[in-house]
Amino acid sequence: MELLSGGEMIARALEDEGVEYIFGYPGGAVLHIYDALFKDCKVPHILVRHEQAATHAADGYARATGKPGVVLVTSGPGATNAITGIATAYMDSIPMVVLSGQVQSHLIGEDAFQETDMIGISRPIVKHSFMVKRTEDLPQMIKKAFYIASTGRPGPVVIDIPKDLTRPDEKFEYNYPKSVKMRSYSPAQRGHTGQIKKAAKMLLGAKRPMIYAGGGVIQGDGSELLTQLARELNYPVTNTLMGLGAYPGSDRQFLGMLGMHGLYEANMAMHHSDCILAVGARFDDRVTNTVDKFCPGAKVIHIDIDPATISKIVMADIPIVGPVQSVLTELLGQITLLREKDSALPDESALDRWWQQIEEWRSAHGLFTGRRYGQSDLIMPQQVIESLYRVTDGDAYVTSDVGQHQMFAAQYYPFDEPRRWINSGGLGTMGFGLPAAMGVKLAFPDMEVACVTGEGSIQMNIQELSTCKQYKTAVKIINLRNNYLGMVKQWQDMQYEGRYAMSTYEDSLPDFVKLMEAYGHVGIQVDKLDDLEGAMKEAFALKDKLVFLDVIIDPMEHVYPMHIAPNGSMKDMWLSKNERT
Amino acid sequence: MRRIISMLMENEPGALSRVVGLFSQRGYNIETLNVAPTDDATLSRLTLTTVGTDLHIEKLTKQLNKLVDVVKLVDLTEGAHIERDMMLIKIRATGAAREEVKRVTDIFRGQIVDVSPNVYTIQLSGTSDKLDSFVAAMAEADILEVVRSGVAGISRGEKVLSL
Ligand SMILES: Cc1ncc(C[n+]2csc(CCOP(=O)(O)OP(=O)(O)O)c2C)c(N)n1
Ligand SMILES: [Mg+2]
Repeated sequence: MELLSGGEMIARALEDEGVEYIFGYPGGAVLHIYDALFKDCKVPHILVRHEQAATHAADGYARATGKPGVVLVTSGPGATNAITGIATAYMDSIPMVVLSGQVQSHLIGEDAFQETDMIGISRPIVKHSFMVKRTEDLPQMIKKAFYIASTGRPGPVVIDIPKDLTRPDEKFEYNYPKSVKMRSYSPAQRGHTGQIKKAAKMLLGAKRPMIYAGGGVIQGDGSELLTQLARELNYPVTNTLMGLGAYPGSDRQFLGMLGMHGLYEANMAMHHSDCILAVGARFDDRVTNTVDKFCPGAKVIHIDIDPATISKIVMADIPIVGPVQSVLTELLGQITLLREKDSALPDESALDRWWQQIEEWRSAHGLFTGRRYGQSDLIMPQQVIESLYRVTDGDAYVTSDVGQHQMFAAQYYPFDEPRRWINSGGLGTMGFGLPAAMGVKLAFPDMEVACVTGEGSIQMNIQELSTCKQYKTAVKIINLRNNYLGMVKQWQDMQYEGRYAMSTYEDSLPDFVKLMEAYGHVGIQVDKLDDLEGAMKEAFALKDKLVFLDVIIDPMEHVYPMHIAPNGSMKDMWLSKNERT
Repeated sequence: MRRIISMLMENEPGALSRVVGLFSQRGYNIETLNVAPTDDATLSRLTLTTVGTDLHIEKLTKQLNKLVDVVKLVDLTEGAHIERDMMLIKIRATGAAREEVKRVTDIFRGQIVDVSPNVYTIQLSGTSDKLDSFVAAMAEADILEVVRSGVAGISRGEKVLSL
């Protein structure tokens, strides 16, 4: 048995856990840990420029790989700076382990220098947290943290570590546990067979079925099974903002994203459905519009790993708690059994009529077949995303910030694979895109990684351009430059008679091209449609460079469709500035 | 409807704040709260009362169960159970009122546990309703101080909340 200090234990445990990157920033309370990392640790550490970015980078890494992201920050301001990123991960159920330094044990509670109650501050936004009391407990606690973060419904776990417990001169036996069991934590391993049988029957009896799949399908690696299920039955599929890529975005059976800025056909089909299979989705208020009016004719089958999510907002007729993989496997089996007994299932002619109806909706107001975005001499934001899609062959990792650009990316870049679309859906954190892209690029250096952003959002973590220089993370930043906090402006146009309270910057924006040069990156500005595709190709041709494509777009464009609220249902939408359902 | 929710949780620092925090975070009220260690030093037993519709309570218990520190949970009001709230109450008792306070205390099966020339300190336990009634009965007298433990509860019969 080996004797290690607390700091060394942390370094070694991260190695033993198979961690690929630590994203962090040093400071007084974690200096022993940093010294241990420096002396002997195979896990590379990425030095960000702000702790918020460390959490987003770890988050991006986690979303792209499915493995927990790891963050190391100091006490006090280091810890509080990490909070936004922890909340972001929490809202989207992303596995993450955050190690935060704490002042020495004997100073806790005395308002010591850089003391903050991290366990208290982070409590409502973590899946769980640990305060280390004895150095000997570190290996066990770290193991538990990774276990909790990555199993069941994933989420961030904080470990708060007082500085004295990492002292180099106090050594203890180190033994990293291979596995842990906790009497108070045991996520469901499989669904209830009786419920799954009932679900299979209900699903096969549907005349106007819809599959509504969310981020849980991606997190639970259930995309292949979901796709198999949908294809076998020829049922239409919609994905939430978090679920994009869970079902192939360019497939005929895919109706697009649903919800506030969901596609017309997806929202219409949901509203008129008689049976909704919800998988790993949570009936978020950005999806349902007015809950009382949500899909009045539909029976709901709800599959989720988290029992607290089921019937939280919309009552499920058949609740099924379990991991998406095992439940979908069993559901597919039950469906096969039922169809062997009765080959007339599902009702083909009803399904034909349903598809006919969907195709009508699609050709009337679908994004790609019917309605076009506005005409203007300026580049339209949608055209930028379409160009990005063409130039990357639809095969890039796309991260985004928050605003109109995010919705345009979600609508116009169909993702054929899970884990490719990386955005802050639940918390809606501006500043997420660039650091998240760093995390993704570090995980997949040979893949194209694009960050779709706006001039507002990018400035919330723009300091990370320096991190990208240090680690040569050649991401492409696609700035949909409308010179407004566009999504704010859209609401002000629609609800406040165009009074743009604090949604513009009055000529204060930097020259982004020069800014990129200052950092040693490449900046390209485009303001003519004819130059767009060429510039996009040029950006991606510069393989080893971070390129910032500053695309001047029409500032007046709105994101449509848009749910009509308050009191609207799924089918109540603005389709353009003067056209509604 | 009033509910008594009782749980075993890890006797860890922070466990209580997670339970209590969940109530404010999700907009529920705690009417009474009672926590103490059990015969197993690694566990504490927490009992709370709250008011809500069936749906509310179902959501709440699911969220509580999700807390990693909560090992087991039961809604005692779903079955036959025994509940006890304990009160210590100080009442100014002088002159004729002195005899009356003692009489009412006897009726409620309370005990006078401390006496001074002007004050009785009375101990009373029972359901929350019973304690409320006693307080109401004392309204005429001069109530100086009230302390209540909050409800502690246990199922009737063979049913137990244990690991
Ligand atoms: C940290 C944070 N602050 C404020 C908001 C509110 N908000 C949502 S979208 C938006 C505007 C974003 O502007 P920009 O990044 O330029 O994107 P655009 O909508 O113009 O495409 C704001 C301020 C937010 N989501 N996140
Ligand atoms: Mg903007």
